[in-house]
Amino acid sequence: MQPEAKPAFFDEMGAPAACRPQYRLISDWLSAIPTETLEIKRREAEFIFRRTGITFAVYSEGGDTERIIPFDIIPRVLDQAEWDYLSRGIIQRVRALNAFIGDVYNAQEFIRAGKIPAELVLHNPCFISEMMLLPVAQNIYTHISGIDIVRVGPGEFYVLEDNCRTPSGVSYMLENREVMRRLFPDLVNRARIKPISHYPEDLLETLRSVAPGNCAGDPVVALLTPGSFNSAYYEHSFLADEMGIELVEGLDLVVQDMQVFMRTTTGLQRVDVLYRRLDDAFLDPLVFRPDSLLGVPGLMAAYRAGNVTIANAAGSGIADDKAIYTFVPEMIRFFLGEEPILRNVPTWRCDIPSERAYVLEHLHELVVKDVHGSGGYGMLVGPHASSAERAVFAEKIRAAPHRYIAQPTLSLSTCPTFVKNGVAPRHVDLRPFVLMGREIRLVPGGLTRVALREGSLVVNSSQGGGTKDTWIIEEDTDAEAKA
Amino acid sequence: MLSRTAENLYWLARYVERAENIARLLDVTLRMASLPQQKAGGDSEWRSTVIASGCEESFFAGNEHPTAEAVIYYLARDPDNPSSIVSCLETARNNARMVRTGLSISMWEAINATWIELNTLGEDDFKPERIGRFLDWVKERSLLFGGTVASTMLRSDAFWFSRLGMSIERADNTARIIDVKYNVLLPAYETVGGSMDYYQWASMLQSVSALRAYHWVYRDRVKPWLVAELLILKPEMPRSLAYCISDVNRQLESLANAYGDSGECHRLAGQMYAKLRYGKIDKILAQGLHEFLTQFVDDTKDLGEEITRQYLI
Repeated sequence: MQPEAKPAFFDEMGAPAACRPQYRLISDWLSAIPTETLEIKRREAEFIFRRTGITFAVYSEGGDTERIIPFDIIPRVLDQAEWDYLSRGIIQRVRALNAFIGDVYNAQEFIRAGKIPAELVLHNPCFISEMMLLPVAQNIYTHISGIDIVRVGPGEFYVLEDNCRTPSGVSYMLENREVMRRLFPDLVNRARIKPISHYPEDLLETLRSVAPGNCAGDPVVALLTPGSFNSAYYEHSFLADEMGIELVEGLDLVVQDMQVFMRTTTGLQRVDVLYRRLDDAFLDPLVFRPDSLLGVPGLMAAYRAGNVTIANAAGSGIADDKAIYTFVPEMIRFFLGEEPILRNVPTWRCDIPSERAYVLEHLHELVVKDVHGSGGYGMLVGPHASSAERAVFAEKIRAAPHRYIAQPTLSLSTCPTFVKNGVAPRHVDLRPFVLMGREIRLVPGGLTRVALREGSLVVNSSQGGGTKDTWIIEEDTDAEAKA
Repeated sequence: MLSRTAENLYWLARYVERAENIARLLDVTLRMASLPQQKAGGDSEWRSTVIASGCEESFFAGNEHPTAEAVIYYLARDPDNPSSIVSCLETARNNARMVRTGLSISMWEAINATWIELNTLGEDDFKPERIGRFLDWVKERSLLFGGTVASTMLRSDAFWFSRLGMSIERADNTARIIDVKYNVLLPAYETVGGSMDYYQWASMLQSVSALRAYHWVYRDRVKPWLVAELLILKPEMPRSLAYCISDVNRQLESLANAYGDSGECHRLAGQMYAKLRYGKIDKILAQGLHEFLTQFVDDTKDLGEEITRQYLI
């Protein structure tokens, strides 16, 4: 493996002398704007976020439970060609993931063809046996997914993770653009950015297009939230508001005659599509966790009877499990008959003895992740950990090898970011959001997350990460003509 | 509309209104307590304030004497008192957060900014010399919130439920203030007209921001029975029981028209309004003001329960 010598990170803007063309505008803007102005604008952005209440909750910490995610006011830019490539790869991937879930809960051909060990699927906590042979509208399981992409070089992108359950962050994508527009209207107008503000409309259309077959008239869509204490509650209320649909909690819903209704001021009203932002385990206390007060008793029966669509489908987590991730390229070949456009990060599975041995020997250079973890909790970044921390993790791996996977520490690309001492490069990733209904849609861009701590590779908001506005800019034909 | 959304809007408005009323009540008590002499004796002023706030039982469970300090702490900021100003604003903001989709952006920003500012307040802001500023701020924030309701909400059920909450809360608060203060003041002063007397009554009118209105309506010295008439029966006085209950009727009627259905709450509200619309102050005083107001507070409570039954669960 590489020695620990200074890694050369790919900076997406490039050195001042060799600024990449898509960053020309940003580069000029940064050299013209005084640091004090940036600081004023940064505070203004923070003020807007606070006043609007764009907050998230941090778990397992005392004190201030409502925080804002730090917003970096320097946008990240991708050009049209980069985006075209990414979107083709992402859409391909989502089609394969959806096909895989449909196969898992029906014919299980992927397993029978020996493409994946049966126990990895059938004994997976994300596998929900109640979903077996359950007909879902249009055969769609992953209505909304978020594919996390990292970059290590000009044309080198990797998929870091798939999110097929209830990916969050899209409200930040939308609000970031709004805030940028308010802070720097002139810059935003000059940049000719592909618009994203139609996302809520696309989402609503997607959800309406998957209403159950027996739905007569206009489908009624509602967003099911665990409630205002959930970390992503702001996003839930934001999306419901933007779509003009009801934001419901479990107690607002009731199942009668295997149909789902919401309690309104004029009595019960039928619901056809539930965009749920609630984990599988809480959906229906009659089927899953009996102690759950968040869900709706009888919901799964109504689902099975084909009287309601749940988006994303129950059990879709089987596709985004970190141990399943390794098999996605094979899914693309198997279900679509295509070669994967986007690469997977090489991954070692600790449940395989030879791979486990490799991982334990190379802990200092690997990132180890809990397959069921999310949000950056329960992971080890080998190169940044102390030998004591690595020893503790080695024990965890030996005790429950099937829970862990390991990946090389990638040299994530950096983007110029406004930090305490001015503008400096910080590592980023990208989460584009894919909508799958009667058609597949992808709004240009996504949520860029940035690790604000110098040298840090962890971008999760729960671990001190921030976000940036992400611009997909149209080709600047004038500039090319001049060149 | 979801029943829960309606419920949250209704209680959001009630809690903001309650915060304002408690602020007014404390403000007027501070004024009265600062008058040169206290013939009524010792702590009666603060005692009556506790009673008027509807917190008598819970306050005396934790305090022996209604000293200024104890009452101010309990009503302004005690986190264990659900009706303290700070608790009301916290609850209001929680309600607002749960029904963001039912609020206009201005309403949300008004309530959220209030909460953010509330969290920056420290011990010093509640000291006797600073408390006045805090109370003014609470009144301002409530008026701002009311303004956003009036000028930015769609005239649909969300608006009607908000108004309903505000008017019911206001009716209840006004009735309690009259009841308590009237009883404190009347036995101590059989004759009306002294300067001390004037300040006492004037303060009470101020607590419902009605002193100037009194002068406009009566062009007379402040007299107890006219004060009672103004606050109970005058339909043009925005905090009078008559006005509040007529407003409740208006909102209930809008809901009935929109939903094509009415219920017990409509009947009860109509009945309460008829009493006020056709009532006369001398009859009310002759039959006993306290009895009348106690009945009114009970009716208001029943009305609240009927509204809940009809729309909110």
